[in-house]
Amino acid sequence: MFMRNAVLAVAAVLAALTSAPSRAAGPGLGVPVSEADLAPLAISVFPDGRGLPPGQATAIDGVDAYVTHCARCHGLRGQGKPGPALVGGIGSLGTKAPVKTVGSFWPHASTLFDYTRRTMPYDRPMSLTDKEVYGVTAYVLWLNAIIGKDFVLDAQSLPKVRMPNREGFVDASQGTPGR
Amino acid sequence: MADDKDPGPTQLAPRFSSASPAEVAAGGGLLSRRAVLTGAVVAGALSAVAARAANPDWSDAAKPWQKQPGRPFSRYGQPSVHVREIERSVTLREGDVAPGNGSSFTPLHLLRGTLTPNGLHFERHHNGVPDIDPDHHRLVIHGLVERPLRFDFDALLRYPMVNRTVFIECSGNSFRNTFPKVQEVSCGDIHGLISTSEWTGVPLSLLLAEAGVRADAKWVIAEGADAATMARSIPLAKALDDVLVAFYQNGEPLRPEQGFPMRLVLPGYEGNMSIKWVHRLELTEVPLHARDETSHYTDLLPDGRALQFTFPMGVKSVITQPSAGWDLQGSGYYDVSGLAWTGAGRITRVEVSADGGATWAEAELQGTPPRHGVVRFRIPWRWDGKPTSLASRATDETGAVQPDRATWLARYGATQRYHYNAIQHWAVDAEGRLRNVYA
Repeated sequence: MFMRNAVLAVAAVLAALTSAPSRAAGPGLGVPVSEADLAPLAISVFPDGRGLPPGQATAIDGVDAYVTHCARCHGLRGQGKPGPALVGGIGSLGTKAPVKTVGSFWPHASTLFDYTRRTMPYDRPMSLTDKEVYGVTAYVLWLNAIIGKDFVLDAQSLPKVRMPNREGFVDASQGTPGR
Repeated sequence: MADDKDPGPTQLAPRFSSASPAEVAAGGGLLSRRAVLTGAVVAGALSAVAARAANPDWSDAAKPWQKQPGRPFSRYGQPSVHVREIERSVTLREGDVAPGNGSSFTPLHLLRGTLTPNGLHFERHHNGVPDIDPDHHRLVIHGLVERPLRFDFDALLRYPMVNRTVFIECSGNSFRNTFPKVQEVSCGDIHGLISTSEWTGVPLSLLLAEAGVRADAKWVIAEGADAATMARSIPLAKALDDVLVAFYQNGEPLRPEQGFPMRLVLPGYEGNMSIKWVHRLELTEVPLHARDETSHYTDLLPDGRALQFTFPMGVKSVITQPSAGWDLQGSGYYDVSGLAWTGAGRITRVEVSADGGATWAEAELQGTPPRHGVVRFRIPWRWDGKPTSLASRATDETGAVQPDRATWLARYGATQRYHYNAIQHWAVDAEGRLRNVYA
């Protein structure tokens, strides 16, 4: 009979020390997962482009998918109504009437790809192909005049897209003075 | 009918003609709670009870429900039919376009304890509530670990568990008080995006240890299995400290709205990070910069920049009874009561004002304030029948004090809706009606 506190304490120590040589003193009921099993689950796309799938598309390529899946909520030009606006507001953040959109506020193009792929369209999330996600991402970036209509968006070019508000965030993960 | 003979509830609380200086705690009629509890203030009321007890005809005096058998047993209990509806109110964020994107509010003004009944816990969903079959739900840990692992639901239930009674507060709680125009709604509709439960689950540190955290890991990206596939980046230090993978809420299996079959609970951190329906944890060197940690759940500053990754919820309190929408039953004695909490740990002090903030008296904290839990505070108040306002102000163990609204507003850019923790004032008019007011 091992001690419960010992299990929890050992777990904490092992977690802190890292690279435990063998399975920790816990129940050990986790099942190893192969890279092949993980691949379809690991959908996160990071600002440096990690996680972006193969494929490519331009804003022109994305028009069809945008019109079919996105326009009814976000408008043909991304103006919103009934859903949130995707364009506009650049330069408004420090004013009395800030307008936060992909163009004015989002710091990374990767977030647009990541969010669109995992959540959109709202009534059928995860139904778009990777090429369609590249396409509608490019279309929304083009609507905001961030890329040209022929700009080829892919795993190499997307992380290089410079968002207007790239420097607009202050990392407070280590604490916020005065709060 | 026997009921007709019922003289009604005995008035235990006498009208106060005056209070001695020893009973007064602050202006506006705030009293010393000790004086009230020791009977110094209510002495004299008990004689009326003794006189009424002597009813010679005990059978006639018995109530109908004493004279016939009651209902049989039930498999799942329900509130009394005599209790008026205590329900969450629902607000959609995008209207009918997105019926699963919104929140429901805990009716704080109708609850008197510190724990939230499971059916009244606030909800914030981004695309509806999934009904997940636990046999088809796995928790995967991968990324910067020695051994990527997958855990079945049944296997996780065999792990050593702990209980933690903590609040979960939505980052957007009290957003209605950020609006320029004061909202004439209830306390729950303003502040009800906080709820408290006893959560039971496995320390995340235990599962991470089994996977073997690599030295270069700094963040844990948690993802839910709902139709929003909600993702948030959690600092590894927090994940190793006190985060739970929870399966039970107040002893019951989680409700679907609260993440069945499993959710994360991050004590003190903004509620959005306590990922519901959690199915994947990816250890990384950098945060994901997900939609809900860039476009949303960030805090606009006056200069147009925005604070990102503002995790702990600020020190806060609110008077729940009496509160907006209440009608006081005339001047006299009232037990002013509310809740206080802080993402920093423990509340150390709650002060109450009954004169619009001119003077403050320390309220009694009911029991030792729990770490990352809510504490209920109480203070007796004798209303003199004149218009005034009631307010509470909390202090936590770091010395942080709840700000007033103007101070809070000055910290942020226009339309900031997250992390509102300013002092709440309830105006009392001459008729005894309470409403929301900006001081």
